[in-house]
Formats: sequence, structure tokens, C-alpha cells
Amino acid sequence: MLAAILVMALGAIVLGAALGYAAVRFRVEGDPLVEKIDAILPQTQCGQCGFPGCKPYAQAIAKGEAEINQCPPGGDEGIHKLADLLGREFKPLSAEHGVEKPKSVAVIDEQVCIGCTLCIQACPVDAIIGAAKQMHTIVARQCTGCELCLPPCPVNCISMQPIGESVENWKWKYPVFKIAPARREAA
Amino acid sequence: MSALQRLFNFNGGVKPAYNKEASIGLPIAVPPTPTLLVIPLHQSIGGMPRPLVKAGERVLKGQRIGGADGNVSSAVHASTSGTVVAVEMRLMPHTSGLTALCVVIEPDGRDEWIPRQPFDFRSATPTQSRDYLRDAGVVGLGGAVFPTYLKLNPGKHGRLDTLVLNGAECEPFITCDDMLMRERAETVLKGAVIMREMLGAGQVLVGIEDNKPEAIAAMEVAAQAANAAAGDAAIKIVAVPTRYPAGGAKQLIRVLTGIEVPHGKRSTDYGVQCFNVGTAYAVYEAITLGQPLISRIVTIAGNVGRARNYEVLFGTPMRDLVALCDPLPDSDRVIMGGPMMGLRMPNDSVPVVKAANCILVGSRKLFPPPPPEMPCIRCGECAKVCPSDLQPFEMYWFSRARIFGKTQEYHLFDCIECGCCAYVCPSHIPLVDYYRFAKSEIWAHESEKEAADVARQRYEFRLLREEREKQEKAAKLAAKTAAGRERAAAALADADKPAVTPEQDAKKALIAAALELARTQKAQVQPENISNLTPEQQAEIDAIEARRAEIREMAKPHVRQND
Repeated sequence: MLAAILVMALGAIVLGAALGYAAVRFRVEGDPLVEKIDAILPQTQCGQCGFPGCKPYAQAIAKGEAEINQCPPGGDEGIHKLADLLGREFKPLSAEHGVEKPKSVAVIDEQVCIGCTLCIQACPVDAIIGAAKQMHTIVARQCTGCELCLPPCPVNCISMQPIGESVENWKWKYPVFKIAPARREAA
Repeated sequence: MSALQRLFNFNGGVKPAYNKEASIGLPIAVPPTPTLLVIPLHQSIGGMPRPLVKAGERVLKGQRIGGADGNVSSAVHASTSGTVVAVEMRLMPHTSGLTALCVVIEPDGRDEWIPRQPFDFRSATPTQSRDYLRDAGVVGLGGAVFPTYLKLNPGKHGRLDTLVLNGAECEPFITCDDMLMRERAETVLKGAVIMREMLGAGQVLVGIEDNKPEAIAAMEVAAQAANAAAGDAAIKIVAVPTRYPAGGAKQLIRVLTGIEVPHGKRSTDYGVQCFNVGTAYAVYEAITLGQPLISRIVTIAGNVGRARNYEVLFGTPMRDLVALCDPLPDSDRVIMGGPMMGLRMPNDSVPVVKAANCILVGSRKLFPPPPPEMPCIRCGECAKVCPSDLQPFEMYWFSRARIFGKTQEYHLFDCIECGCCAYVCPSHIPLVDYYRFAKSEIWAHESEKEAADVARQRYEFRLLREEREKQEKAAKLAAKTAAGRERAAAALADADKPAVTPEQDAKKALIAAALELARTQKAQVQPENISNLTPEQQAEIDAIEARRAEIREMAKPHVRQND
């Protein structure tokens, strides 16, 4: 009886020590799930989801504090991907967080700009160049189209312009043709 | 000589009707210079060149109008002398029917060249030679328009075994390389000799399909002369069996050398590099004559009365060339390239560019609309003819279902879009359209992902920077207060005032110091408008001062009450 208890106790101690060691030795830094979610999010950093950036939103989703349908720039496609990753049900984009818009870039009307630097402070990806009382301009290639520079501008000189189709970004269309009902030809 | 060359085989391929006879009857001609040249800046793979000219500027023939931008890019030149009318968006020779930046030149008819000097590539470093060819705008003229300077790199071994010159020209209707080899064989081989030297290649194999006996004969004569001049037998002309797509780079390399370049590898890893014969000609013109690439030989064929090859200046509207060849009245489309791989143009006004080896005029009779698409029956015919040894039907399924990851697992990007699979498909499925769709979707996804990664990095850096700035500000403030306190404490000590405790008095001392500062500043400030006063003004001032003193007197007891 005593031997049995001792054996079991010894087993428990050994296994416990092994598990404890493994927990310290093979510790995973950061949350891999957050990284995976963050990779799906479009990195617009617009804050429309209610969190101050894509990473915080990813953390909130991972913790189960946020729904997966709060990201308008990611659109339905992004929600589908998140649903697949997390094994959750697909939900349409929640209306309170905004609507999906075509990808745009901000453009400063350089004639109107007074050089107040307020938009520079608002830009989450430092895509605006300028200095106090100097004209500002936006590096289009780095602009994520988050629209965060629009509200602070005191002279309303920033507008969003959708990215048009060009020869470089043109895509071949899905090659499925409309099937028209056969016309009966007079024989 | 060619009998000694052992030939290999590639899998698949088809034998469509070649239709080449119509355009080989007449020698290469030069069409009249058009009234307006529209030269697109983006004519090669890679970055779009930056415009170097402005509207109103006069340009000479061969003057650079677009400078190479980025690591993969190639310059663009004025095809003739004249005046730049505009640098604006014009319709591109592209399936999309979209516009892009073009330089519009009104020729002055004088055809005045820039000063031309041969480039001494032997005394230049390889980098200098490559930069020169980049700025001369030399790109692959087989149709892929990949910048040639990037391919003229012998790779990590510093030398190559074989330089393959591609004169197979396997696509129906096209005869521009055939005519070039017949009429200018010597020049083509001179270009090949330059390329061979730049690459350090051992031998030069020129692959020509055996349905071009005249070209083979002309090249044989030129090769014998070139070999005799060099005193070796490095250049070999090899007739290869006529089978589409023998002119694909990987297919021709396989036929000539037996080397099958695996997925994800380059042919230079196996000591082979492949160029089109037209590219060799362009290299000769650029290096030996100092002439940048401003024209190419274009076949005009199809639904025309007089098919012919022309040496066309880039920027010439396709319409002008078609008009020279008596198009038949039922012509309804213009295709750039051949019937297998060619792209339908939005209309016939688009200009000839470096990629345009053929302008194929079509009609409903010549190219009847395909029968309706039927379901795939997995017969496997497409896999049998695929020259890249892929499984087209699998790639089709996944492209159609938009499962792009799977298409890549089936090596979608090894597909050369030759169209053999669609050619044999009994269900008439436009397979290549599906692959093009899948490829462009994957590219779009990739560029989106890249942009997102950049945005993530920049956002994280911004957070880091904000945090750092906050800390720096806090540290600065702390240092300032500490310095202020020290100064105040020192002042207290100087005044010889044994305070209760320095800690308690520090604040008081700070206030005292600030007050002292304010007082001295106030004392320093003297009203500047009280000199040279009239007695009346002086009296007025005195009255005001008296009133002030009165008010001060009145205020005093009130303050004391509060104490």
C-alpha cells in the first residue's frame, strides 16, 4: 500500500518537474495566434475597429474581446479569412464600424495647405512629409488610406482619391462568360 | 555541321497550321515615317522609365526620352528627330485598353541622329557594359521584353558553356526572325559574338526550326565566315524539328542541350543562356554602331492582301502599317503577337512597341469565335501536350475555384502561356485565360501583402519613436527641474539663510528665485517714452502716478486682513 502511494507520488513529482521544466525551457514568446491574426488584417491602422491599430485589434480578437467583423478595410474577404483561422462563423461587416470602400490614397491640395503639421502627427505610418509652415505632401506609395489625416486638417485640403486601374495593376478578369439563351435560327 | 549535333526532345507541343508563306515573299521594307509617333515609356518588364523630356522640346533620333528607373528597367528613345508635342496618357498596346504615360513626337522629317559612337565593351567593366545596354534600351525581342543587360550576366561561375540563340520562331504567321536571319545573318552573328564574349560562353548554338531552310542556309554561310574569322568552330547552326512551342526558351534549351531547367532555377545555373536573334542584332547595333533600340522588324499578316515584314520605328500606329498591307474589308481586330499567344489590342490606333513581333489582322472568318465552353472531362489531353510538363487540368480546376495556393503547388508560374492545352481541349475551355486570371490575382495579393508588411513596420516604428520621444522629453524636463532646484539651493546658501530644512524650503526657494528674477527684469525695463516731455504731459503723468499710489494705499489694508 505504502509502496504504491510512494510510486504514484514519485511519478507525480517526476512528471511535474518535467512539465515545469518544459514550460520554462520551451516557452513561446508572444502569442502566435495574435501574429496570425495580425497577418490577415490589412495594416491600414485606421482605428475603425475601435482599437488603436491593427495589432491591438488582433490581440482583442485573440482574447475573444472583439468580433471578427469590425474591420472595414479588410472587407468580407478578411472576415472570411479570420473565420477560417479561428473556426468561427462568418458574419457580415458590422455597420457601426464603417463600410468597405475602394482602396484610396490621401492627396493634399498643395495650394491650400498652410503647413500646420497636424496631419503629420495624425498619420499612423509617417507617410506625410513636411514641416511647420512648409507645404506638406503625401508619399502615395506608403499611404494606407486610413483617412486619419482628414479630421485634423483645419483647411480641409486633404481628399481621398481611389486608386484607379492602370496597366501595372490591371488584372485579368475571371473568364466565365455569360450564357445567352440560344437563338432559334430560321432554317 | 548540323548533322553532328545531337538533338533532344521536349514533351508535348502541337503542330498548328503555320501560315508563314504569305509574309516571306517580299523583303523587309521600311514604312514611311508616320505624322505622329506615340512612344510608351513602359515597354519592358520592370519599372516604368521616368520621362526625360518635356512638351515643346526638340529631340534627335536615338535621344533618350525615358530613363531606366529601378533595378529592373530599360531606357526608351526617340525613334526619329522632331518635337515633343506632349508627354501624356495615351492608349497602350495592352489587352486592358487602359492608358499610360507616352511621349508624343511630331517628326520633322530630317531623321537627325544623336552623335553615335561605338562602345568599347572589351575595355569596359562588365557593369559598365550592362549599364550601357540598359541605357541603350536593349530588351529581349522575342516578345517577353525582359531587359537584356540583366541576362548578360554569366552568374556565379563567371562563365557559361553555351549561348543559345533562338531563331526557332515557332508561332504561326510570324516571320520577322526568319526574314532577319535571311537578310542580316552576318549582323546577327556579330551580335552573338559580342554576347558570347560578355558571357564568356564556350559555344554558340543557333536553333532554327527546319521549316525555314533559307534562313538556315544564310546563317550557315555567315557562321562559316564568323568561325573562319575567329579561327574556331564556336558557332553552330542547328535545325530543330518544327513543333510549337520549340521557340520557348526552356524548350529550345532542352532540345539543343538536353538540359531541363528545373522549377525555381535559372538556365545560367546550368551554364546556358538564351537570347532571341533579334536581340543579338540589337546588341550589335547598340555596341558597334552606337545606335539605341528604336525600331524592330514586325510581321504584318493575317487577314491582309499583302503580308510583309517591315522595319518599324517604335511609336508608329499599328493602323498605318496595316493600311500598307491591303487589309481585307471584313477585318475586325488587331492582335499583337501570333494566334497562339498574341494579345488582342483595344483598337488599331495603338503604337508598335518593343514587344510587337507581329501585327496579326483578324476577322470572324479567319479566327471564328470559339464554340461554347463545356465542362472539363479530365481527359488529360492538355497534360499530354504541355511543353512545361504541368498538369493543366488541375491548375484549371483550382484557378476556376479561386484556390490560388493550390495552383501554385501545381507550379502555375512555370506555365509559359503557350496555349497548347487550350488548343487541344475537346471542351474548348480557354485554359490560358484561367491561368492568366490566377496569375494576376496572385500577383495582386502579393503586392497587397507587401504593402501591408511595409505599413506594419512603419506603424511599429512610429510607436517606438513616439515612446522614445516621450521618454526623452520626460528626461529633459526632469534634468531641467533638477538643475533649477540646485541653483535655488545654491542661491539660498549664498544668502546665508539657515532655512528650516533644504527639502522643505526648496519650493519656497524656487519661488523666491523666480520672484527675484521677475523683479530684476521689471527693474531693467524702463519706459522709453518719458524723456523730453512737455510740462502738460509731465503733469498728466504725475496725476496718474498719484492715483496709482492712492489705489495701492487702498489695496494694502485689504491684503493684510487676509494674512
